[in-house]
Amino acid sequence: MRRTCYPIGMALADSYFARKFGVTEQNLETYLGEALSQGGDYADLYFEFVATSAVTLDEGIVKSASQGVTMGVGIRVISGERTGYAYSDDLAPERIKQAARTAACIASAPAKVLKHDLMEGEKRNLYPVLTPPTELSLRTKVDLVKRANAAARAYDPRIFQCTATYADQVKQILVATSDGVVNHDTQPMARLNVSVLARQGADLPQSGYSGGGGRVSFDFFLNEKTPEYFAKEAGRQAIVMLDSVEAPAGEMTVVLGPGWPGVLLHEAVGHGLEADFNRKGVSAFTGRIGQKVASELCTVIDDGTMESRRGSLNLDDEGAPTQRNVLIENGILRGYLQDKLTTRLTGAGNTGSGRREGYQYIPMPRMTNTFMLAGESEPEEVIRSVPKGIYCVNFGGGQVDITNGNFVFSASESYLIEDGKIGRPVRGATLIGNGPEALKYISMVGNDLKLDEGVGICGKEGQSVPVGVGIPTVKIDRMTVGGTA
Amino acid sequence: MKPLELTQDIVKMALEQGATDAECTIAEGEEFSVSVRLGDIEKLQEATSRSAGLRVLVGQRSGSAYTSDLTAEGIRRMVQSAVDNAEVTGEDPFAGLPERADLGQHTGDLQLFDESIGSLATPAKIEQARRAEAAFLAFDPRIDKSEGGSFDSGISGRYFANSRGFAGSYRSSQCSLTAVPVASLDGAMERDYWYSSARSPLQLDTPENIGIIAAKRTLRRLGARKVPTQKAAIVFEPRMARMLLSHIGEAVDGDAIYRDSSFLAGKLGERVASENVTIIDDGTMPGKWGTLPFDAEGVPTRRTVIVEKGVLKSYLLNTYTARKLGLQSTGNAGRGLSGAPYVQNGNFYLEPGSLTAEEVIRRAGTGLYITEVLGNGVNIVNGDYSCGAQGLWIENGELAYPVSEVTIASTLMEMLNSIEAIGSDLEFQSTMAAPTLLVKEMMISGT
Repeated sequence: MRRTCYPIGMALADSYFARKFGVTEQNLETYLGEALSQGGDYADLYFEFVATSAVTLDEGIVKSASQGVTMGVGIRVISGERTGYAYSDDLAPERIKQAARTAACIASAPAKVLKHDLMEGEKRNLYPVLTPPTELSLRTKVDLVKRANAAARAYDPRIFQCTATYADQVKQILVATSDGVVNHDTQPMARLNVSVLARQGADLPQSGYSGGGGRVSFDFFLNEKTPEYFAKEAGRQAIVMLDSVEAPAGEMTVVLGPGWPGVLLHEAVGHGLEADFNRKGVSAFTGRIGQKVASELCTVIDDGTMESRRGSLNLDDEGAPTQRNVLIENGILRGYLQDKLTTRLTGAGNTGSGRREGYQYIPMPRMTNTFMLAGESEPEEVIRSVPKGIYCVNFGGGQVDITNGNFVFSASESYLIEDGKIGRPVRGATLIGNGPEALKYISMVGNDLKLDEGVGICGKEGQSVPVGVGIPTVKIDRMTVGGTA
Repeated sequence: MKPLELTQDIVKMALEQGATDAECTIAEGEEFSVSVRLGDIEKLQEATSRSAGLRVLVGQRSGSAYTSDLTAEGIRRMVQSAVDNAEVTGEDPFAGLPERADLGQHTGDLQLFDESIGSLATPAKIEQARRAEAAFLAFDPRIDKSEGGSFDSGISGRYFANSRGFAGSYRSSQCSLTAVPVASLDGAMERDYWYSSARSPLQLDTPENIGIIAAKRTLRRLGARKVPTQKAAIVFEPRMARMLLSHIGEAVDGDAIYRDSSFLAGKLGERVASENVTIIDDGTMPGKWGTLPFDAEGVPTRRTVIVEKGVLKSYLLNTYTARKLGLQSTGNAGRGLSGAPYVQNGNFYLEPGSLTAEEVIRRAGTGLYITEVLGNGVNIVNGDYSCGAQGLWIENGELAYPVSEVTIASTLMEMLNSIEAIGSDLEFQSTMAAPTLLVKEMMISGT
């Protein structure tokens, strides 16, 4: 990707931190100078200001409304393979300099001088939000959760509990690096969740959950995905599960529905392709670039540039532009997800995958929006081809052991398939497989690629970041299903 | 201004702005962490932080706000937005602070803070991490990679005041030393870990012990295979038994109980587990990780019997959930800086039995000894349990060979009711603790 650079001056002045805290180019150079005072090879500054709001409705009452502000700056110094890190939640120059000196101590060499003039990085806007959600009144947001509650309870009389939460945030960031990049971004995020419980007679209750959002305007919830849409979906899941039977146990054919079941890709291959693990040689995918790790029907992409998506970023948390990265092409492993450190140490190109939860954390390679390209099969044809198996359409979450490659993901809504027809719903069950092997059993890929609704949160080494996933209908000939029957 | 006085000031400001009740928390912390990989420092991080949270009531409506901007302006904004937020919430007859009579704190030394937390200088901490790693790297040639050794330490302070006259604070210290080896056999890799945690570096296990235990745990996973799908006995090692217990903790959480979203809701006084099962929550045990002088609402912590000889005796409750259920708070309020208090366990543990771990395994005869569960396929609402698992196959009452890529499934109710043997090996490494447990039968899904 070609990068165009502009002199910094005016653009920095546009940033939130220049306007609100008077941060100047000279300040940034001073802090970076302190950070390199012990001879580090590289340093960067990450300024962050986050304003959040959330309202929760439970038992028909809006029980809580909350707003908050966090801010701080994280300073990183790299010296060879070493990383020093310090942060301050006070933006006074003296405190920032002190943190810079703390991080600087990771190195022990003559002080380095900043060689590069700071240049403004490429500008783009993947999430044009006209009115930041933090500027809307809480009452407007309260209406959303009230509508969701009314719609969920109206869906079916067997629904006896509903909790609806709306949460949003606007994150302002400013990144300055010793290799000469200054960039800033405004990152909105909004999400509406609905969870319900339904009961039939004296049976134990069943739950249903739905939610979505992204880096979207508030209008999204009024025009595109309304509270009623999410409420009905949560209600539908809970009611379906009232008739569920025990899930089967053992190896069998598994068909995944489109959308959120893409969490398979996130767990089975995504984490194992993060370059920090591969640099250390501890991923089940280490040394496999160019090898076949999936059936030739599989092409898997991680794309941080999709408009308004939850996992998208104009620039990553190290100031590099995000990209569309091909991870697996027709079954062949093509590359890892790289950040600045792995790029420095391995010589690979930066894929714009450096992310962090906030200013208190060191960035590392992470996924953005991870999905499989559509194939050619009609979804109905995929189901019809299965004499006996299970069809999974909704999942809770998943987990992976990147070293041995074993991954799990937990199905919350699935159905038996018998003689090519969808049968009864089954209780929740965990599916388990091995990363470099599981995708080799994919024998059909649908033409119906769908991305998730915008609910993904990915945790790694104690840091959570928003992500997206997507997948078309796929048929996996063999996978272990952890039921009880 | 001192933090405790600041919380009291913020409460006053909230009352002046129209709140009828208020409670304010300030959390501060100092943290240090270093990781060493292949003998050299990989990451070193040091920082201090401080932020405040405020919850107000205006009549029966509540609102909250938090900030890390503790300037006068930042605090003024927090107070204003908490009061504003209360205007958009609904009247909740059960909302409110604890009654004055319920407020209080333990004044004796609960040993949460050890002065010797600062006894190790940075180079000594780095050396501890280096030794833990060196111990596993030297242990066996099959350990040929490393995810490092690390030393973490921190001091945190908590300050809390409310408009009903409560003010209290405490400091706590913690440190831990961790080792993460990677071993290979025929091109397949396995990773495991071990750690020790304490209030002071002087109480930590030696780096060599930690490294060697981590090494043994990792090596015994090599060459794992899948087993056929079958029903069999399951033994949970203490670390995994603790995870199982954490699901029980969620199921007795007052929030889940009053919403009827727990399989244990409405079962007070009923038999919910085998007769050998007794579960306690005790927030007053000196030095332990779940110990506090008062909970997040200013109610003193206490010892509560949750399950006694298989019978459900109590839920875990804060003020709100207790009022909803017509019960008394068990001093189990927890909170982040924002929002309403939630329920948080103290030291939540399953009482040990008299058998050694080996005897529990022997009693299983044939089955699976679980050393790791993967995923969160546990549904508290209906008790369904289905998780990925890794461990060792038990044959003739002995550990025989490693197993991976299988799932174990049942329901929490059935599991609780079929605990056939309980080990004596109870250790408090976190706020939850359980000894080795034998569950009579679960479905193992494999080949």
